[in-house]
Amino acid sequence: MEIEIDGKVAQVPDGSTIMDAAQQVGVYIPHFCYHKKLSIAANCRMCLVQVEKAPKPLPACATPVTNGMKVFTHSELAIKAQKGVMEFLLINHPLDCPICDQGGECQLQDLAVGYGGGASRFQEDKRVVFHKDVGPLISMQEMARCIHCTRCVRFGQEIAGVMELGMASRNMHSEITTFVGRSVDSELSGNMIDLCPVGALTSRPFRYSARSWELARRKSISPHDSVGANLALQIKNNVVMRVLPRDNEEVNECWISDKERFSYEALNSPARLAKPRVRVDGVLREVAWNVALDYVSHALQDVVTGSGGESLAALASPQATLEELHLLQKLIRGLGSGSLDFRPRRRDFSADGKLAGVPWLGLRLSEIKDLDAALVIGSFLRKDHPLFAQRLRQLSKKWGKVSLLSVSGDDQLLRLHAQLTVSPADLPRALAAVVKAAALLKGAVVPAGLETVEPCAVSQAIASSLVAGDKRAIFLGNVAEQSPQAALLHALAIELARLTGASCGFIGDGANSVGGHVAKALPTALNAYEMFAQPRKAYVLLGVEPELDCHNPQQAVAALKAADLVVMLTPFADGSAPDYADVLLPIAPFSETSGSFVNCEGRVQSFGGVVRPFGDSRPAWKVLRVLGNLLALAGFDQESSEQVRDEIVPPGTEFVSGLDNRLAALPLELAGSSGGLQRVADVPIHFADLLVRRAPALQQTRDAAAPTARMNGQTLSALGITDGVLVRVRQGAGEALLAARVDETTPPACVRVAAAHGSTAALGDMFGAINVERA
Amino acid sequence: MAILGAINPMLSVGLDGDNAWRLADYVKRDGYSSLRRILESGIGQGDVINEVKKSVLRGRGGAGFPTGLKWSFMPRSFPGDKYVVCNSDEGEPGTFKDRDILRYNPHAVIEGMAIAAFAMGATRGYNYIHGEVWEIYQRFEEALDEARAAGFLGRNILGSGFDFDLFAHHGYGAYICGEETALLESIEGKKGQPRFKPPFPASFGLYGKPTTINNTETFASVPYIINMGGESYLEAGKPNNGGTKLFSVSGHVNRPGNYEVPLGTPFAALLEMAGGMRGGRKLKGCIPGGSSAPVVPGPTMMDCTMDYDSISKAGSMLGSGAVIVMDETTCMVRALERLSYFYYEESCGQCTPCREGTSWLYKVVHRIEHGNGRADDLDLLASVTTNIMGRTICALGDAASMPVQSFIKHFRDEFAYHIENRKCLVPVDVQRAGSGFFTATA
Amino acid sequence: MLTSESLKRIDREIAKYPADQKQSAVMAALAIAQEQQGWLSSEAIEAVANYLGMAPIAAYEVASFYNMYDLKPVGKYKLSVCTNLPCMLTGGVDAGEYLKRKLGIGFNETTPDGLITLKESECMGACGDAPVMIVNNRRMCSWMNPEQIDKLLAELK
Ligand SMILES: Cc1cc2nc3c(=O)[nH]c(=O)nc-3n(C[C@H](O)[C@H](O)[C@H](O)COP(=O)(O)O)c2cc1C
Ligand code: SF4
Ligand code: FES
Repeated sequence: MEIEIDGKVAQVPDGSTIMDAAQQVGVYIPHFCYHKKLSIAANCRMCLVQVEKAPKPLPACATPVTNGMKVFTHSELAIKAQKGVMEFLLINHPLDCPICDQGGECQLQDLAVGYGGGASRFQEDKRVVFHKDVGPLISMQEMARCIHCTRCVRFGQEIAGVMELGMASRNMHSEITTFVGRSVDSELSGNMIDLCPVGALTSRPFRYSARSWELARRKSISPHDSVGANLALQIKNNVVMRVLPRDNEEVNECWISDKERFSYEALNSPARLAKPRVRVDGVLREVAWNVALDYVSHALQDVVTGSGGESLAALASPQATLEELHLLQKLIRGLGSGSLDFRPRRRDFSADGKLAGVPWLGLRLSEIKDLDAALVIGSFLRKDHPLFAQRLRQLSKKWGKVSLLSVSGDDQLLRLHAQLTVSPADLPRALAAVVKAAALLKGAVVPAGLETVEPCAVSQAIASSLVAGDKRAIFLGNVAEQSPQAALLHALAIELARLTGASCGFIGDGANSVGGHVAKALPTALNAYEMFAQPRKAYVLLGVEPELDCHNPQQAVAALKAADLVVMLTPFADGSAPDYADVLLPIAPFSETSGSFVNCEGRVQSFGGVVRPFGDSRPAWKVLRVLGNLLALAGFDQESSEQVRDEIVPPGTEFVSGLDNRLAALPLELAGSSGGLQRVADVPIHFADLLVRRAPALQQTRDAAAPTARMNGQTLSALGITDGVLVRVRQGAGEALLAARVDETTPPACVRVAAAHGSTAALGDMFGAINVERA
Repeated sequence: MAILGAINPMLSVGLDGDNAWRLADYVKRDGYSSLRRILESGIGQGDVINEVKKSVLRGRGGAGFPTGLKWSFMPRSFPGDKYVVCNSDEGEPGTFKDRDILRYNPHAVIEGMAIAAFAMGATRGYNYIHGEVWEIYQRFEEALDEARAAGFLGRNILGSGFDFDLFAHHGYGAYICGEETALLESIEGKKGQPRFKPPFPASFGLYGKPTTINNTETFASVPYIINMGGESYLEAGKPNNGGTKLFSVSGHVNRPGNYEVPLGTPFAALLEMAGGMRGGRKLKGCIPGGSSAPVVPGPTMMDCTMDYDSISKAGSMLGSGAVIVMDETTCMVRALERLSYFYYEESCGQCTPCREGTSWLYKVVHRIEHGNGRADDLDLLASVTTNIMGRTICALGDAASMPVQSFIKHFRDEFAYHIENRKCLVPVDVQRAGSGFFTATA
Repeated sequence: MLTSESLKRIDREIAKYPADQKQSAVMAALAIAQEQQGWLSSEAIEAVANYLGMAPIAAYEVASFYNMYDLKPVGKYKLSVCTNLPCMLTGGVDAGEYLKRKLGIGFNETTPDGLITLKESECMGACGDAPVMIVNNRRMCSWMNPEQIDKLLAELK
């Protein structure tokens, strides 16, 4: 189709709108309700333009182009229509931009300058709209400013997958609201603040803390999950005041999740560690950096000399940067230890050494939209990976058949083709059933070990979705990676991929879950579990809080308490660290250091520090480098984080090489069904890492509610317990007191007890037998 | 009797007796013979549409769009359901004809819809009935049961292999649901907010499926057209204005009610049938096509004939055929104030010019009526209406503007008097006497 | 919340629509819930939403959009009087005034004994019968003059 807009010729595909064509030729048409990611509402009427031969102005956002169409966006007719609409929008809108939180970044304000009239011809009282309390993240205090564009409503329905806001009533009394007094709980809710073109929906934590023009905008990358959302951090006086998404269609599109938007509060937390601390006479005392580093290097040297390299172990967070992980592994190996890992929540490491390459997603994020079918294995999808889930949601709304095989039936707010919810112990058997069903469908030999497996109707439905169509994918989620049978699940998934022709990969639980492999922060001796199961004399911890981040926090804390030396590199002084750490070295979180994350698709994303490190804290890569120097190890002479990165990936790398999920043959041995209660452990979204844990607004959301012991009604009554009573939950020597809750999404004979929270830190493994009795 | 008067009636023929609406009575009046003939004699879908085209039946819901042409827009081969939907959401002030059709002749609507469904290959239909006329909704449900039991609806109708299921859906108090796409949204269980067009319902209608929407009276006319043939139907009216039409006459006449007359009948004759002006007073103005149509001054109206073309020449619209008669006891400012309140109240609230504009219009007319008008208010009203018209998603914006423009145009002096003297030109007690509330008996 | 009788009636409404379009029954279901309760509490709206598998706010949008739903308690009888232009010309407004005087309340108010709530209403599609009013959304009363109104009020107890 060829069309002319203000004399500029555009070629656009059939079905495009005038707005699409205008954007292509760089003509700006004013608009409010139109948004490229949302359905067309055409309700604001700001985009009215003149079309040759049309008697009336037409909305550019909704009018399909026809061949040879001539459009005038600035003709007298168009301008008159636009000005008319602007006048209508302003008659009931408070004209007090100087006191509005949106002032300076308001689309209405911007356009009013161009299209607004002078004095108002409207002399009646303006509409009064009641404010609403919808939770800690979004402020709806100023609803009189709403211009009824319904972007927020459409966002909920179409992107978040849950309609929490609606436009109630009618006529000029229409108002955006939640259902009587409800809060907005979607993990993607903050995007509505960005979408709101005026100051009606604003950020509650940010509100009135700065004016937009006082803020500098710096690029960054989200440290929270494996998508690697592109962020813009907004700074005032060296403080991160707000976080917004940066558009990157390939990665996060234009969205970020609430944890990415609001976790910045932790960066400014009073719990930040300002100076190094060293335990002297049992008390952690502030010392100067040179003293602390001197102490650490001598202490490490002493342990190694006295007890051998293997008496030292190091554990890093999968959120550590590529550079940090690289230097850490160099340091530990240089000291003669191979006990080092960055996967604290793992339990089964039997795939290590059998991997053909770096495990990754198996395809690009942007390829998800073209899939015909997808199977997600072992995941609390929405809460583990909000943006990844959002992509699958869009896919499921089109043609894609998305199936979920997991340990809880939580509503993923996407249209699932099939869902199978089983006890964590039965996950391999359930997956094996899908594998066998696929083999039968394909007329292929049933893999050895699966003879006794009986595919049910659901596993057959999943298998048949995976054998049809062009592009299909299998994704292993966090639960699959954390499972004590992780390698078996991996092997089964590979087998399923081989049989069906689907891709297979890992979603990954951290910003650097791929990067850690690239940086080789992997054990050659004890892994993340063994290093605590077989206590060491000394530990180096980088950005982890073992009491919350480990597969078995109880075991980890016991080992740490018994160790002679625990060196902790952390931005925070609070938490349980003072119970076991001998040295606290204040390091810079992602906002204060340069570094790189390799996201789940292998994309290398480097970022710079956007503010000066807090207090005396320093970028961790520098700390590690100096320690390397003090310990006289070779290869610690980098001047910049870029130099460190270049040692790992060649300069200019966009995607790392060597991505490969294949696995050397592993016997497919299915365990018999285990009796008794099994633990289902999710890592709730706002407990998942050390930043979100310390973000006050996030901690007030429903997602941050204290853990309970959730069981389905049958399990609960079999235990003689009723909803709401206090129960004693026991795992090995550890126990916790929790409220029991009926939750029909929990599989039979299972108890869902969240990990990563202080109230459950005394428990053992995230998987396995668990005991529940009335307290 | 249902319809108070008629000239060459079709729809209202034989509607006497309390049970005239029952299936048996309808069949006695030759009811369902058109459907039977079509299904049994193998008349093709195209033939039916052609017959309707020949009749020049124009939509009776307001816009007067040729029905046969509308039916031909439905995609012929479409995999999956197609729908026919009847618009009985009659809420346009002054219109009350569909209520009487459904009350006295519901099977004509059912038969008309079944014929339409056959012609367009639709298998499901809904009749959306105004919420305020609950007895009518219940009666229609009963009529549906009768038709189903008699095999005129459902699977394999009259053994022809043609399936058509028809259901009633009630509104619950929203004028805007008379707008066809708002009506579809409402059937889908949502607020009645009109959709932007294109796509039109014929390609993306109910549940996203091809859908044709017609007014109650339009559907009810179809069996008569098939029975008498398109050409005879056309001849019953006047060229380009086929058939007879029901006119709802309200206001200052002696016998308000529905009258069925051929299109082209002089207004004076219709007025005569309605018993003439109350108390022999003079016709001050008349809204000839429902409240959304521009008001026409009395003398001009007396020269009109009741058809689409003549009324359009007089600067108004035949619309739904609702004739609101106003005599000299009417205060035109007050009349407009009430209409403006209606459009303000009934705006769905979705698009800016209508949501904000209708409330602005009302507030200004209100202040004039209440003695707070300003010198430039009439210009302001004119300007606001031009900023609304043609810029909204649906025609409610236009519907709200046209009364304002026409009342001011034709009765400007009365508005000016109001602004200047802060009171009505027609004294309040004269207005009250005009209503006859305290003098009339039932 | 919803009685089994109400649910049965709602099921009959659901059956009118394609199997994957239960939401289409929301208007009828809300009307049924309102009949059961006399008005629509948020609990009732939520119960309807849950029954039809839709978001509560989506049901609330519907309940708040259509005029005949009462989101606040009303008297035993709700009297809606049409005052739109055609009715006004033949006494609709006067009828409203008459009622206000007789009952001693204004529009949108309820008599102190909780018996009658008075509402002003838009066109009911019965202008030929003006003045018209509806009792409890169901019973339409036509050609109302002072005498008729007195009779009606005497009957509503
Ligand atoms: C605001 C508005 C209200 C309407 N109300 C009605 C109505 O009550 N009844 C009706 O049949 N058409 C009404 N219409 C017209 C319908 O949109 C549509 O044109 C009509 O139902 C088509 O049927 P027809 O072609 O048989 O007239 C209304 C249109 C608008 C814009
Ligand atoms: S013109 Fe009015 S009624 Fe029509 S869509 Fe716009 S706001 Fe709704
Ligand atoms: S952007 Fe086109 S109508 Fe709002």
